[in-house]
Amino acid sequence: MTGNAAVIATRGLVKRFGAVRAVDGIDLDVREGDVYGFLGANGSGKTTTVRMLLGLVLPTAGTVQLLGGPMPKAARRVLPRVGALIEGPAAYGHLSGRANLALLDAAGPGGSRRTRRARVGTVLEQVGLAGVGRRPVKAYSLGMRQRLGLAGALLRRPELLILDEPTNGLDPQGIHEIRDLLLELHRSGTTVFLSSHLLAEVEQLCSRVGVLDRGRLVLQDELARLTAPTGATVVETPDPQRVRAALDGRVLSLDGTRAVVRGADPAEVNAALVAAGVPVTGLALQRPSLEEVVLAAAGTSADRVDAGEGRARR
Amino acid sequence: MIAVELRKLFRRPRTWVTIGLLNALPVLVAVLMALTDLAPRPGEGPAFLSAVLTNGTLYPLAALAIVLPLFLPIAVSLIAGDAVAGEAQAGTLRYLLARPAGRTRLLVAKLVSVFAFVLVTVVVVAAVGYVVGRLFFEVQPVGGTALSGTSLTSADIVERTVLAIGYVAVSMLGVAAFALFFSTLTDSPLAAMLGALAVLIASSLLFTLDAASSIAPYLPTRYWLAFVDFFRDPILWRDIVRGLGLQAVYVVVLLGAAWANFTTKDVTS
Repeated sequence: MTGNAAVIATRGLVKRFGAVRAVDGIDLDVREGDVYGFLGANGSGKTTTVRMLLGLVLPTAGTVQLLGGPMPKAARRVLPRVGALIEGPAAYGHLSGRANLALLDAAGPGGSRRTRRARVGTVLEQVGLAGVGRRPVKAYSLGMRQRLGLAGALLRRPELLILDEPTNGLDPQGIHEIRDLLLELHRSGTTVFLSSHLLAEVEQLCSRVGVLDRGRLVLQDELARLTAPTGATVVETPDPQRVRAALDGRVLSLDGTRAVVRGADPAEVNAALVAAGVPVTGLALQRPSLEEVVLAAAGTSADRVDAGEGRARR
Repeated sequence: MIAVELRKLFRRPRTWVTIGLLNALPVLVAVLMALTDLAPRPGEGPAFLSAVLTNGTLYPLAALAIVLPLFLPIAVSLIAGDAVAGEAQAGTLRYLLARPAGRTRLLVAKLVSVFAFVLVTVVVVAAVGYVVGRLFFEVQPVGGTALSGTSLTSADIVERTVLAIGYVAVSMLGVAAFALFFSTLTDSPLAAMLGALAVLIASSLLFTLDAASSIAPYLPTRYWLAFVDFFRDPILWRDIVRGLGLQAVYVVVLLGAAWANFTTKDVTS
């Protein structure tokens, strides 16, 4: 992965709003072909970062390189190759979805007028809104608006998708559909930068993860490496006390019907337990869940402001 | 981009409702005057209104004079105040800028569409005034009377009416510039519109105050009614020229400020 070209690269990115440092010196590294999960609690600075990537918010310090061009200077050259969904969809309520997409496409460079109708039709089909007709957007449900926002992001077949909470407002089937769509786009070569606070969503989609906590990037690594086996085996048994007797000194913890045992080879652990006559109902390599990894790295919720801390953050 | 903004403006039902409502008052006034045959005495009420009973071709000007003090500025500030702040409030501003529309381009396109609205509105008011004047009032076959008492030919009246329409449009550009500037400051279109109206109301109030006479020549509303001077014989150019110059200064300064603010601000809407 590290051999691929950098798609998003920030250096010491800082954004200060008054006395508050919303983003505090982050170095993002997203490479071609990644599905990058940008995790963080509400208020941790995700949206501000996304806005800086797109040139909407201007950094207090630091640099942003997007598809090799410096932002916001290279916006006109680079942004037509980027599709974005920023903090929820937005559209003109009195116009149809189709008219909204056509207007958005006409509002900037890189969208040929000749192919506009066809492209609008294609993306509406991709997001599952092909049959919506001339209905004005104000009559859309939240999920439909979300799909329309995604359609707008896909309109110019972008090399990079920057999506902020893309499944917000969708029902479980809708979430599944959008996940499949994103994976399909990724297979056809699109790099995806997915900002979310939904760990499950990131765990299912992403190959790389960055974790933001109070404006700082506390973690950035391959998902597979973060959730790699810990070198211990989890044993399910109706009688955990006998595990302790059979594998003395190797038991790391006992809890109900579970015992965690040192040793990265479940077969070897199983053989030892069976030899000692311990009934085993389940065996698995221990892997930390993404949730455990994130909680260990990020600490308490960013919404939470304890006494004295408000001042400390400034 | 300009075409996109014009399409957005003129495909929006609200634009036409605003223009329609703006014409309601002059039409109502015309109907009442035609029914009662009562006109304000010369020198009272809106300009030209005293003359329309005898010459309906002056009604476009009377219509402009009726809407000029309040209705026209409200309509213009509504549209201009909505230009940027409306997109911010709807959330579409971030998508336009990420498209990327380019901040300067977007502002220029908004400016052109607001100017187009001003022009269309003023022309529609004048046109409706013309139709209403023809329908409800007597039309003198040859010419009319200038405010100074000498007579004008029909060609004169047409020419001077066109000039007056142009002058009123320029006066409204000043209003549009105030509203557009405020529109880049706030994410609330309502605040931008009320800000522009507050400036105009303050200006009208200061204009009536003797203590403010030293700043009176610089008030944005000071020369608004100078379009009447096109109907003196000969045309009294002094206030008209000053009015045009003053509006030009306001427009240039405010648009410069709007540009400086909009191209450097964080878009967090």
